[in-house]
Amino acid sequence: MDATSSRTRKADAAKKTVLVTGAAGSLAKRVISRLHGRYKVIAVDFRRQVETDAGIPSYKVEIHKRGFEDIFREHKIDAVLHLGRIFAHESDRSRRYNANVLGTKKLLELSQKYGVGQVLIHSTYMVYGASPYNPALLDEDHPLKGSEATHDLVDSVEIEALATIYLWKHPELNITILRPCNVLGPGVRNTMSVLLSRKLVPVLVGFSPMMQFLHVDDMAEALVLAFEKNKPGIYNVAAEDYVAYQVAVEQCGCGRLPIPSIPPALPRLWSRLLNWNAFFPPYMVNFFKYPVVIDGRLFRETFGWKPRRSLNDIFGYYRKQKSVGA
Amino acid sequence: MRFPGPSAFKDFSLRDEVQRRVVTPEIEAMIASISKRTGSFGYDAWGYDENRVKFAAGIMKLLYERYFRVTAHGLENIPPDGRLLVVGNHSGQFPMDGVLVGYALLSNAHSPRAARAMIERFFPTVPFLGNLLNGLGAVIGDPLNCAKMLEAEETIIVFPEGIRGSGKPYRKRYQLQRFGNGFVHLAMNHKAPIVPVGIVGCEETMPSLGSIDPLARLLGIPYVPLVPTLFPLPARVFLNFGKPIHFEGDVESEADVTERVEMVKDEIRSLIDKGLAERTRIY
Repeated sequence: MDATSSRTRKADAAKKTVLVTGAAGSLAKRVISRLHGRYKVIAVDFRRQVETDAGIPSYKVEIHKRGFEDIFREHKIDAVLHLGRIFAHESDRSRRYNANVLGTKKLLELSQKYGVGQVLIHSTYMVYGASPYNPALLDEDHPLKGSEATHDLVDSVEIEALATIYLWKHPELNITILRPCNVLGPGVRNTMSVLLSRKLVPVLVGFSPMMQFLHVDDMAEALVLAFEKNKPGIYNVAAEDYVAYQVAVEQCGCGRLPIPSIPPALPRLWSRLLNWNAFFPPYMVNFFKYPVVIDGRLFRETFGWKPRRSLNDIFGYYRKQKSVGA
Repeated sequence: MRFPGPSAFKDFSLRDEVQRRVVTPEIEAMIASISKRTGSFGYDAWGYDENRVKFAAGIMKLLYERYFRVTAHGLENIPPDGRLLVVGNHSGQFPMDGVLVGYALLSNAHSPRAARAMIERFFPTVPFLGNLLNGLGAVIGDPLNCAKMLEAEETIIVFPEGIRGSGKPYRKRYQLQRFGNGFVHLAMNHKAPIVPVGIVGCEETMPSLGSIDPLARLLGIPYVPLVPTLFPLPARVFLNFGKPIHFEGDVESEADVTERVEMVKDEIRSLIDKGLAERTRIY
């Protein structure tokens, strides 16, 4: 009995400790379940204390507040997977800025102070911004114009800027920034997923930009792979498959609600008046008009990763969800 | 969308009927013979849409064979695969020349290829038209688009004169305007061969007296031609494709690039002369 427990304790001591933020989210849950057992996982979320499997310490803490440092004092953290983010529809702009940008800054400072050896930042393709002048297959070195047209993406772009500064200033942190395309699937609460879960979905008359989608399980695998292979840098994460927005809407079993698209202020006004913040926010209107197609080749080749779920698998979930609901 | 109607029309859908008549088995076979990689919904990264291309090919076939009665020579010079730039003279106010060269490459019996065209940057902001053009394979002329397409072994149609060529008045017909140097840089950087094409006939599809510049500025478009006709006239069109030109090695300066551009320009000029010589009737 004693021998076994001391053996587990010894094995535990050899295991790396990984802190995962945004633990209540569906992506983080999947990442945690894949890491659990092989690593000592610590779950953190600002929303609630996540119920976790036995042996996973879980904290409810806001990462830009002082209490966060206690976790670093209490545990010897080897790696941080920063997946937590307040979405635009979850809070007002200034609170979101504090939590997302100042929170990330705090996290990077603490990581440096407590000798964390690896940090993964979950960013988004939206940092590139949607513009009619976008070429397709954007590389990682394309300018980040996400905040050009809207203040609501400033936090996303600034998180990247911060992480990039730390990337070159503190190479010992081994920072990896991942910019995935739209992540969809069971339990995902981002804008696109909330949108495609609806029965009636707004589309802009005469516009149907190319889009890329990734199943949340594939994204979880990508994150775990990026963590385990540890090759610092900035990577787009996307499959080599593309579909027009309005086709995706149909494939998800949604009805299309055509919205007049010109003048450009009109759809934004609609969205504001009807309070479509959760699924068709004014600041995202351009993403339903112009394509932001990213090139995921660098990530696929560097990490030998290939998504296992097709677009049809992804859309199938939203179709089924609706037929069950009806 | 289908509406429930009398039982006689139960299985009738106008959309399906038109689709059936335009996309004939011949067109289906033509598109099927192209080795073009698309995703699970028939799209590529730039919005190329297999279903739209099929439909457009059906329409373009009529324009190509019946309306403009195109005569094409030298299509055997188009390599069956690998990256390629097809470079020609631009004319006719509307980019009908691009459409006809595109269809010639698509229906090429030797080695059919789905060519991409570069379009002006304001098109994506126009509802329907932007998506339609993307669906047919056209993209905005961004250097990144060209680079990635060549890396993906695509065929790109380039008109280095741009709007200087397409918008010029009738009195300047078959006078080549200034060529941009971009296409030679692309050809060198990505080791892509250039096939020159001389296009004869498109100048006569829409003879223009000049551009109404104040109106063009007001509309935010490059030019508004002063023309006697609102649709392209049925001029006979002659396409002469030349032998592939390979540019290898580095250049010392931009002047060297310009020299290579002039080489291509001369080649196109002689291909135009060939077309003008074989033309016996304009319409």
